[in-house]
Amino acid sequence: MNLKKLTRDIDFADKVEELSGQSLNACIQCGTCAAGCPFVEDMDILPERVFKHIILGDIEKVLEHNTMWICAACYTCSVRCPRDIDIAKIMEAVRQIVLRANIDRAEVDEVDNMEELPQLAVVGCFRKETG
Amino acid sequence: MEDSYLYYPGCTLKTKAKDYESSAMKVMEELGRPLVEMDDWYCCGAMQSLTEDDIMHQIAPIRTMCCAQEQGEEKVVTLCDMCYNVLKQANERMKENEDDLETMNDFLDEDPDYEGEVEVHHLLEILLEMKDEIEDAVTNSLDDLNIAPYYGCMLLRPDNVAIDETEDPEMMEEILGSLGAEVIENPKRTECCGSYHTVNRSDIVEKRVEDIVSYAVNEGADAIVLSCPLCQFNLDFHQRATEFELPVFYITELIALALGLDIEMENHKIDPISLLEEKGIKE
Amino acid sequence: MNEDKNEEDEEQEMVEIFVMGKRYEVPEGLTIMTALEYAGYKFTRGCGCRGGFCGACSTVYRTEEDYKLKMDLACQTAVEDGMFLVQLPFMPAVREEYEIEKVDPEEHDNVLLDHYPEVARCVSCNTCTKSCPQDIEVMDYVQAALRGDIERTAELSFDCIQCGLCSIRCPADIKQYHMAQMARRIYSKYEQPDSDELAKRVKEIEEGKYDEEMEELANMAEEELKKRYDERDIVEEG
Ligand code: SF4
Ligand code: SF4
Ligand code: FES
Repeated sequence: MNLKKLTRDIDFADKVEELSGQSLNACIQCGTCAAGCPFVEDMDILPERVFKHIILGDIEKVLEHNTMWICAACYTCSVRCPRDIDIAKIMEAVRQIVLRANIDRAEVDEVDNMEELPQLAVVGCFRKETG
Repeated sequence: MEDSYLYYPGCTLKTKAKDYESSAMKVMEELGRPLVEMDDWYCCGAMQSLTEDDIMHQIAPIRTMCCAQEQGEEKVVTLCDMCYNVLKQANERMKENEDDLETMNDFLDEDPDYEGEVEVHHLLEILLEMKDEIEDAVTNSLDDLNIAPYYGCMLLRPDNVAIDETEDPEMMEEILGSLGAEVIENPKRTECCGSYHTVNRSDIVEKRVEDIVSYAVNEGADAIVLSCPLCQFNLDFHQRATEFELPVFYITELIALALGLDIEMENHKIDPISLLEEKGIKE
Repeated sequence: MNEDKNEEDEEQEMVEIFVMGKRYEVPEGLTIMTALEYAGYKFTRGCGCRGGFCGACSTVYRTEEDYKLKMDLACQTAVEDGMFLVQLPFMPAVREEYEIEKVDPEEHDNVLLDHYPEVARCVSCNTCTKSCPQDIEVMDYVQAALRGDIERTAELSFDCIQCGLCSIRCPADIKQYHMAQMARRIYSKYEQPDSDELAKRVKEIEEGKYDEEMEELANMAEEELKKRYDERDIVEEG
C-alpha cells in the first residue's frame, strides 16, 4: 500500500472526523461495539483499537490491519454505542481514505461465481471496496 | 392511483430474485392492492455511502425519488431490504439537509428539482397493515410449518430507517401468525448474514450462515423466512458449507402459498418443495 | 449567410478556434474536421467515413460561453468562435473476449456483468448520456444491463457507432459501448429470428456470384476506382 500517497498533507484523525461526522474522543473504550459485532473473529484488531490508533495518529497501524474491510456496515455497533458514536461511519471514513487514494480492495475483474451471485451483492461490494 | 402501490424493483428482482417479485405481485394483486412498477428507476447502490461529503453516491436513489415525484406519487415501495435501506437513508438525508438537496438539484440540472416529498416504504410495512385482510384470505393455512423469521440488518438499522423495534422486531412474526404458521424464535434473527462479503470472502459468510441457521434448527424450525434477496442468497446458497438443509423462503412466497396461489420457486438452491409436500401445503 | 454567398468577392467570415492550445482562424461553417485540415493538420487516425457513421472522429471541446466539457463527432459538428478543442485519435478500452456460442442468457442471466463487472459500479450520474453524439440513453442501457435485461440494452444502444465518448468521463470506468455491443450480439444470436436475407446473401457469396465483380474492382486503377465511387448509385435489389 502506498502510504505516502495516503498520508500526504492530511491529519489522519481530522480527516476521519471530517468524513464521518463523528467525534473520536467521545469513545470511552468500553468495548460494546466489539461485543456485538458479528465479524470480530475475522478482524485483526477490534474496532475500539482502531479508534485508539486513529486518535494517536498512527495511520500505519490502522491501515495494516483488516478491520475496516471486514466491517460490513451492518450498523449493530452504531445502534448500541453508549456514547452514540456512529461507528459504521468511522469505518467508512477509513475505507474511503484508502479508496480515494486510488487503492481498491476488491478486484473488479476477479469475481468468481458471477453466474450465481445476485447483482446487489456485487454492487454492494464494489461500493464498499472500490473507489 | 388509490389502491395500487408504486413499486421500485432494484437491480436483482428481475433475475436472481424473480421468485420474490412474482410472488409479491401475485399476493398484492390477490389482496386488491397491486404493485405497479415505476416507469423509470435506477439501481440504488445496494450499500449506502456514509461519508459526510459523499453526494455522488446519493444520485441514483434521488433520481429514483424524482421519477416517483414525476409520476405524481408520494410513496415508493421496495421489496428488497437493501434497496429500502439505501433509498430511505439517501431520501432522509435530502429531507434533513437542505444544502445537500440543493447540491443534488444543481447536479441533476437536466431534470426537474426533487422536492423531498416522496416517502420510501418496505413491503413488510404494507403487509403488516393488511394483516387482517391476509388472515381472511387464507385458504391453505400453514398450520404444521415451523418458521423462523430472519430480519438481518437493513430493515432495522440505523435507527432512523428502522421499520420495527431494532433489537426485538415482530412484524414478520405477526404476519406469519395470520397465515397460521408456528413462529420459531431465533435469537440470531437480527444479525448480519455476511452481506456483500459473499463476493470475495465466502468464508466469512459461511460462518455467519452456520451461526444463524444452527440456532434456527435448534429451536425446531422447518424453514427460514425473510425479505431480502441478498440474505436469501447467503442463507440459501452458503448453507452448502454447513450440515444443514433448511429451506429459505421469501415472506411473499409463504403468503402466496397460504392464499392458495400458484407460484414458481426457481431461485432456491435448497429444495423448498419437499418440505411443502410433506406438510401438505403443496401437492 | 445567403447574402455572403452571393457576394462572391466578399471575404469569408472567419472564426477563431484553439487546437490543442494553438490559435487558428478558420472559415465559419466548416466542420471541426475540415477546419482542422484547413489549419494544416492531416488526419492519419481519428477520421474515417466523414459521414457520422464510423465513430472514429471523437472530439472534445469547450466554448467560452459554457462551463461544460462537450463531446462530439468532428465530421458532424460545425466550428464555433472561441472553441477550444482536441481530437481523440483512439479510445483506450479493452473489449472482453467471449465465444458467442457460450453466452446463452437463458443459462447465465448475469452474462454481461460477468464480462463487464464494472457495470455494477454505475452511480447513475448520466455523464455518459450527456456525452453521446448519437443521443443514446447510455445510462439507461447500462442500468438495463445490470438488471440482466439484454433486450433493452440492445435496443437502447442500437444507434451506437462505437466512438467511445461515453466511457471517457465515466466515474465508474465502464466500457459502455463494448458491453452494449456484446448485448446486441447476444440478442441477435439468441433472441432475434434468423434473417433469410442474410442467409441468402451468404449463400450467393459462397457460390461465387460476386467473384467476377470483386476481381474487376481489385484490379482497377485508382483514378477509375475513385470515379466509380463518386458516380455510384445505391440500387435496391428487386
Ligand atoms: S453510446 Fe458511447 S460509443 Fe456509442 S455512440 Fe454514444 S457515446 Fe459513442
Ligand atoms: S457515466 Fe458511468 S457511472 Fe455515470 S451513468 Fe454513465 S455508466 Fe453510470
Ligand atoms: S469520420 Fe466517421 S463518424 Fe466522423
